Amino acid sequence: MSEVILEVRDLVKHFPIRQGIVFKRTIGQIKAVDGVSLDLHKGETLGIVGESGCGKSTLAKLLMNLEKPTSGEVRYQGRDVLRLSPADQRKLRRNIQLVMQDPYTSLNPRMTVGDIIGEPFEIHPDAAPKGDRRRKVQELLDVVGLNPEHINRYPHQFSGGQRQRIGIARALALKPEVIVCDEPVSALDVSIQAQVMNLLDQLQKDFNLSYIFIAHDLSVVRHIADRVGVMYLGKMVEVGTDDDIYTRPTHPYTQALLSAVPVPDPTVRQHKAVIRLEGDVPSPANPPSGCRFRTRCWKAQEICATEPPLLQIRPTSGHPSACHFAQEKDVVHAG
Amino acid sequence: MSDIKVKTAPVQGVDGRSGGHLLEVENLHVEFRTRDGVAKVINGVSYHVDAGETLAVLGESGSGKSVTAQTIMGILDTPPGFVTGGSIRFRGKDLLTMGKDERRLVRGEGIAMVFQDALSALNPVFTVGFQIAELFRKRRGMSRADGYKRAAELLDLVKIPAAKTRLKDFPHQFSGGMRQRVMIAMALALDPEVLIADEPTTALDVTVQAQIMDLLAEIRRDRNMGMILITHDLGVVADVADRIAVMYAGRIVEQADVHALYGKPCHPYTLALLDSLPRLDLKGQELNTIKGLPPNLLRIPSGCAFHPRCRMAKDICSSERPALIELGGVRASACHFAEELYGRE
Repeated sequence: MSEVILEVRDLVKHFPIRQGIVFKRTIGQIKAVDGVSLDLHKGETLGIVGESGCGKSTLAKLLMNLEKPTSGEVRYQGRDVLRLSPADQRKLRRNIQLVMQDPYTSLNPRMTVGDIIGEPFEIHPDAAPKGDRRRKVQELLDVVGLNPEHINRYPHQFSGGQRQRIGIARALALKPEVIVCDEPVSALDVSIQAQVMNLLDQLQKDFNLSYIFIAHDLSVVRHIADRVGVMYLGKMVEVGTDDDIYTRPTHPYTQALLSAVPVPDPTVRQHKAVIRLEGDVPSPANPPSGCRFRTRCWKAQEICATEPPLLQIRPTSGHPSACHFAQEKDVVHAG
Repeated sequence: MSDIKVKTAPVQGVDGRSGGHLLEVENLHVEFRTRDGVAKVINGVSYHVDAGETLAVLGESGSGKSVTAQTIMGILDTPPGFVTGGSIRFRGKDLLTMGKDERRLVRGEGIAMVFQDALSALNPVFTVGFQIAELFRKRRGMSRADGYKRAAELLDLVKIPAAKTRLKDFPHQFSGGMRQRVMIAMALALDPEVLIADEPTTALDVTVQAQIMDLLAEIRRDRNMGMILITHDLGVVADVADRIAVMYAGRIVEQADVHALYGKPCHPYTLALLDSLPRLDLKGQELNTIKGLPPNLLRIPSGCAFHPRCRMAKDICSSERPALIELGGVRASACHFAEELYGRE
């Protein structure tokens, strides 16, 4: 495999819960991300899946350095991002860019498309000389499949899919090496979703980009990702290649998640063994002891309540799985 | 899931007309009169649903699937929305011509609706118990105490744990999935015969979505209700629907039994939609896309509204609008080349 470009070790983010008006006291912690480690290799796509509240978007913000982590480190090409001087951090940020979920709120409605895509050049003036910027923006519009003549239009004049392309063009402006995509297609219609995914695929090939692709749609992630990490309540529960996760899942949560995805084929509905989870995801302010999934798990034993399972390769699992009773199970699923 | 299609006797029309369906939308036209012009949102939609069956209405945003539901419920915002033609018959009676009071009685008791976003559909300043009990007080003349009792039973029915104590909770104190259950309980309160579920699980996670879809299927079976499921999710449809109506630009472009539709789609739009889903055997390859954008309803393309995006389009498609023609029994497709598509291997 190619070199590791981004390395995350034991990343933790706890948000304090405060109470009181004048004298604020901290009465608890929301454990949004609680000890996540991952490696991103050059040119690969790492998919992160999980349900809402599992911490995947907080992880994206931590990687982008938009939130300060409680502990842990993020190393970009071997350098610890969080310990750099502000000037160095700014330089480094150029190489990691973000595409956000909602193309309706992530673009400023008062700015023209040219201003939106050109804004990164204002912050990093050395990336493009002033006189050259308009041409660069038009090039970017062309790259993402928009008409370069629309440079003076405003976001509301574009459809959802086109707006997402604008967001992608903005992320590309500074020629980054890593793009963190936080649910880039979930706000789009099915027919538009495929267009944007093809674009992301094409850009990856053209510019040798590495993606961290966060989504809740498992079939979308399977299509685009080389490796996949599954998150539950702030922890990574299983990591592996797409085949590992989709055809040989060993963590009960991954199995339940896969089986819950509706399959777009009515012929499988009779013989589809669906694992139904009971209840909701517990609150991240007060996660269960031991394994966090044990309250909804059908395999839970005493050890699960006392000992948190580590994310490691096990005798019964060829790829890292955080379950004491990891076991392969074939699940009928979409994609 | 054992979803064998339930055969039901046609409902005897109240006016003595037999052979009608429980709920029948016929040639419905709705337009929105906006500052920018008239948007023709629904252009002759016809569908029906019988007791015990699930009709899925599939379409992308702007296809008119939700507006049809709002018109059936009589909650279309007027202005800007105006019904300009057609009829909606429930048990043989036209809802569009009946008086306000009569129609009000149909709402809730005849046809009820579950909305997509439960947080905005529930009133944030009243407890959940109050909001459900209100239905029994206003419509059934029950006392406050009896209303609360029935409300607790309903919450129990939709499998909300500790139903009695949760009556005193406000909507924001429930999780997304539980809130959707409250919505379903409310819709079921007056024993409706038809339940319209407008994207009931779009805002939920997959594991919770599975719970809610199971609950809806179970209730539909137990009560022999007719259900209209409005969604854009091709997976959900394949899981629960008996029949499917695919909408595009305010028209039904294809209508078929669920197995027939997925087995052999007979409209290029349905075909392309199914084709654009990420599939295992296409891993690493380019996904098939539908070129272009959904049409602007202020300026719907001439002829077949799908022709600018269609791979099969010929000259005739831009000049002549294809009618919804029947193909072998229960299915129909609105395409000039429908028979060709139906005849293919």
